[in-house]
Amino acid sequence: MHFAEPLRLRSGASIRAYDLCYETYGTLNPDRSNAVLVLHALNASHHLAGVYAGQDKSDGWWDTMIGPGKPVDTNRFFVIGVNNLGSCFGSTGPMHTNPETGLTYGASFPVVTVEDWVAAQARLLDELGITTLAAVMGGSLGGMQALSWALQYPERVRHAVVIASAPNLTAENIAFNEVARRAIVTDPDFNGGDFYARDGRPETKPKRGLRIARMIGHITYLSDDVMNEKFGRELRNTLLDEAGNKSPGEYQYTTQDVEFQIESYLRYQGDKFAEYFDANTYLLITRALDYFDPARDFGGSLSAALARASARFLLVSFTTDWRFSPRRSRELVKALLDNRRDVSYAEIDAPHGHDAFLLDDPRYMHLVRAYFGQISAEFAR
Amino acid sequence: MSDQLTMEAIARLVPTGARVLDLGCGDGSLLAYLRTQRACTGYGIEIADDNLLACVHKGVNVIQANLDEGLAMFDDASFDVVLQIDTLQHLRNAEIMLRETARVGRIGIVAFPNFGHWPNRLSVLRGRMPVTRRLPYQWYDTPNIRVGTYADFAVLAQRNGLRIQDSFGLQDGATVRWLPNLRASTAVFRFSR
Repeated sequence: MHFAEPLRLRSGASIRAYDLCYETYGTLNPDRSNAVLVLHALNASHHLAGVYAGQDKSDGWWDTMIGPGKPVDTNRFFVIGVNNLGSCFGSTGPMHTNPETGLTYGASFPVVTVEDWVAAQARLLDELGITTLAAVMGGSLGGMQALSWALQYPERVRHAVVIASAPNLTAENIAFNEVARRAIVTDPDFNGGDFYARDGRPETKPKRGLRIARMIGHITYLSDDVMNEKFGRELRNTLLDEAGNKSPGEYQYTTQDVEFQIESYLRYQGDKFAEYFDANTYLLITRALDYFDPARDFGGSLSAALARASARFLLVSFTTDWRFSPRRSRELVKALLDNRRDVSYAEIDAPHGHDAFLLDDPRYMHLVRAYFGQISAEFAR
Repeated sequence: MSDQLTMEAIARLVPTGARVLDLGCGDGSLLAYLRTQRACTGYGIEIADDNLLACVHKGVNVIQANLDEGLAMFDDASFDVVLQIDTLQHLRNAEIMLRETARVGRIGIVAFPNFGHWPNRLSVLRGRMPVTRRLPYQWYDTPNIRVGTYADFAVLAQRNGLRIQDSFGLQDGATVRWLPNLRASTAVFRFSR
């Protein structure tokens, strides 16, 4: 959808005109009360659920959660997925042309914040004729947007489902983002962000930087236990005998070739990511994560910041998630309790680290299903 | 202790419209009852996944937490009533949680199986730990890590400077005010700081 009206950003800059890519699932009911907005995190898109006809491996990124008969049941809810500004899956981003200059944005794409994304999403809902959301939902950075919705447009949000998220990033978290950004920016192919093809010059995608950024990210999304269980110290040249039994191969005594399976896995993930993701987008989205801090305008008091929220909340964290740890979710719970808001909170004992929020854990799925069952009971009455 | 009469007897101790914190709220039945029958609001605290799910199914606010880690999340006197219904006997830090209950709530209500109930005494006299409807477990697999009597609790409450506003026994849903330590399988105390 095209938006001709400029969007003024938190930084003071503005985007003159822009497009937002979105997908919807299910049917909006006659009184428009069953809409659920689902927000994506770093590397996902508006494509939440289902597969595109004729395209293998095109499953939506939250297909475990959303769809007909799924915990967020699209037979009952009208679910909206939207790709955020600055991303690289169709909405206006750094790879597009700046209408003011006629040149590709590149690194000059304005810095966008969680609040800016939410403001843009609100305009999309206006265009779709949706005043009030039955629920707004997201995990990780998506959870921050869901929280921000409840603060920026309290009257438009009945329920906020905030999963594996945090009220802001810790220093350690910002540090991981910074290492990833430096990997990208110091890749010579990055060329100050101006690496897109133009004037007959071919594109020079900074794949080395993107690969390393993704490798670091991946480490932090998993838990030590899961990584050990999945890979342990297994060597890539593991030997298989005729019966299919594994036995460790010999060390290759190499410093640069892949020796351990975990290395092979990380390199594979890095390569895959570098093919489809945009380097400027990576910088923008990690910065949006860093900047998010609703308590900042309230002298650091999260309770004061959340006083504006009127939605009912469901918060979920995962015990082995050290990137967005349960402790951070408990801070949000406390701030909501201080404001006497309706809140339920689950701490799911899952081994998969931050990634758990995208996986199919039955306790987690049943809980979200029960919560959305309650929401649909509200508008069925 | 989920039977209706017992729940109603406890609910009668909760003022109408109170803001309630239910420690170890189980499947959320009491909170749901207090919400519909006494216009109460509030939250349950639960550790068990299946109970948490049952609460969410009922639309009861529930927070997953381990009570042995305390109530640091809650401010002083931030609730009208804090309930500990059949929770005390599972707590490692029962005395600390009793103080926390009185700190966070203007009123505390505690109910637990009374070990002083006469069938229990009889059983112990015979040399065996009781197995009853109220205490249905064998001594080696009971989840109840504390056994105490109505009289024991009164002493503990006094030792912690709590003011007992009301106390009685419950037996088959009926209130027992005469010799409750002997005649009731459940002890109930309502107190404040």
